Amino acid sequence: MPKRKDIKTVLVIGSGPIVIGQAAEFDYAGTQACLALKEEGYRVILVNSNPATIMTDTSIADKVYMEPLTIEYVAKIIRYERPDAILPGIGGQTGLNIAMQLYKKGVLQECQVELLGTSSESIEKAEDREKFKTLCESLGEPVLESIIATSIEEGVEAANKIGYPVVLRPAFTLGGTGGGFADNEEELKELIKHSLSLSPVGQVLVEKSIKGYKEIEYEVIRDKNDTAITVCNMENLDPVGIHTGDSIVVAPSQTLTNKEYQLLRDSALKIIRALKIEGGCNVQFALDPHSFKYYLIEVNPRVSRSSALASKASRIPNSKSLC
Amino acid sequence: MKEFNKKIVLENGEEYYGYGFGANKEAICEIVFNTSMVGYQEIVSDPSYTYQMVVMTYPLIGNYGITDDDYETKQPTIGGMIVREYNDHPSNFRYTKTLSEYLEENNIPGISGIDTRKLTRSIREKGSRKVIITDIKTSKQKALKQLQEYVMPTDAVSKVSCKKRWYSRTANQKYNIVAVDCGIKLNIVRSLNKRGCNVTVVPYNTTAKQIEELKPDGVFLSNGPGNPEDVTEVIKLVKKLKGKYPIFGICLGHQIISLAYGAKTYKLKFGHRGGNHPVLNLENDKIEITSQNHSYAVDENSLKKTKLKVTHKNILDNTIEGVECKEDKIFSVQYHPESSPGPQDSSYLFDKFISIIEENNRN
Repeated sequence: MPKRKDIKTVLVIGSGPIVIGQAAEFDYAGTQACLALKEEGYRVILVNSNPATIMTDTSIADKVYMEPLTIEYVAKIIRYERPDAILPGIGGQTGLNIAMQLYKKGVLQECQVELLGTSSESIEKAEDREKFKTLCESLGEPVLESIIATSIEEGVEAANKIGYPVVLRPAFTLGGTGGGFADNEEELKELIKHSLSLSPVGQVLVEKSIKGYKEIEYEVIRDKNDTAITVCNMENLDPVGIHTGDSIVVAPSQTLTNKEYQLLRDSALKIIRALKIEGGCNVQFALDPHSFKYYLIEVNPRVSRSSALASKASRIPNSKSLC
Repeated sequence: MKEFNKKIVLENGEEYYGYGFGANKEAICEIVFNTSMVGYQEIVSDPSYTYQMVVMTYPLIGNYGITDDDYETKQPTIGGMIVREYNDHPSNFRYTKTLSEYLEENNIPGISGIDTRKLTRSIREKGSRKVIITDIKTSKQKALKQLQEYVMPTDAVSKVSCKKRWYSRTANQKYNIVAVDCGIKLNIVRSLNKRGCNVTVVPYNTTAKQIEELKPDGVFLSNGPGNPEDVTEVIKLVKKLKGKYPIFGICLGHQIISLAYGAKTYKLKFGHRGGNHPVLNLENDKIEITSQNHSYAVDENSLKKTKLKVTHKNILDNTIEGVECKEDKIFSVQYHPESSPGPQDSSYLFDKFISIIEENNRN
């Protein structure tokens, strides 16, 4: 891909403090990205609230802002520094959320800042569960039966329709915080209160439980020319039901034959192409250990914790190749 | 620690100790390496590996066992398998036997515990060579003498090609394809079946007249082992059939088509084998990740004087990956669009073959 000459200054949003959803590995990705951008001759402005990272060293970016990662502060920085573009996809969910809010509030348009990489429409399509489900259904890719609930009553009704056990997934949260399994109505009522309060949009997805399925992930990269490759795939040692953050992940998969491997690879490439993602993306599948049946669990339209792991395992500098 | 019971010795004196699995026998082959991370069953049963011993660069082999549905040939002819770590406790819902049991059943030796990284580097630096897999007690001198005396056979295609023709029918049949078997992979037949083709697989030495009698809508030239220049029968066949039928060639088939048009082939230092070779499609400027398995390649300069146009190129070393002559309705690729194992990015080539056949039938 040729270098963009119309851009001079790029704002990179870092990942902030290290918790699940903003793991230490993002630092690796972010630092790689800053260095790659500088190497190409761009002026790099970095905002990150975490002083304890290599990323905020003065040598990594041209200018470092150690400010809280909130829309107010980032908007202030944008208004002062007037960058030409913003790179949101490498600071984990935090960076992506801030970029999306800046876009929705009109700050990006006001200051004429371009969102580099994946467009805001694509991000929304991947992150909004209802839109994502519609997209998958139109592609013929299997997703779990699920219903959105915005109240306890709706949650109970949804679970009765789908059948227990169900899994609750609050929308737009970090690392799936506030989600969990419910085997009966009592458990559901208890859990959903918490889930609803944690979702910034007050939405919870009630979904059929597939506990015990194999959890397989693919790291995919696509460019403007529609070239898409899988960097690698990964298999979690623990099945669906145990959060990936608590599990050991192995690259490449260990128990998939070529047929299963290619089945999911094709599906991951189909999704990234349909979403028109330009950059890195992480696609998660649940695969039945006793058949070829699979479901798409989630697509992260950004560099994720797994991307950093994949990058180290495969020795391919993912985020460097994105810049 | 378990005691070593097998070893491999290379032509240049390199020696590696390991543990035997599969059949307990001695064998001399050409050593090659494959970089695929999945698909050892398809590799073990690929006829193109006749007289070759494959080093798997991926370190864990055997994890998912052997299934009943994923064979690429009925009778495997691979020379042997060299792996870092062999896993004899598979985990997959379809597995019916272990890799070792399959190799034993088919009299193919395997060796594990080998430093495959070092070995692969050696093959990359010094090229592919003869290798012997033998008992640990065999002396190095004896092994080297055996290697020196052994002459690599050139009859690979006649060994793996079917002796009698066979059929693979499909529901909703639309076309008749004759596939010339130089060591055809079964997934090619399945890929054609899936697109409404009745496939008649014929031996490599079938004459043009015999093929014409079958009234095909299109002719397919398969992959296969060895040097394409040794397969004179098929080169002559292409010379007779070109322009008469739509023809599609894969791998050895691609090399044979190029030879029939007057181009030249040459042997690569260590070949391309694996599931991650990027290929540029010159017609639409798109990149495909392809599955490859070949020792020989078509010489680019020699193509200039022929009617063939280059359609695909390997990005890693710029070798020729595909040619076409639109006028003669003939095209071919060096890599494997049927994958198995490997990425399925290039399956559109089968659709292309079908559309050429359709257009030809209309006229």
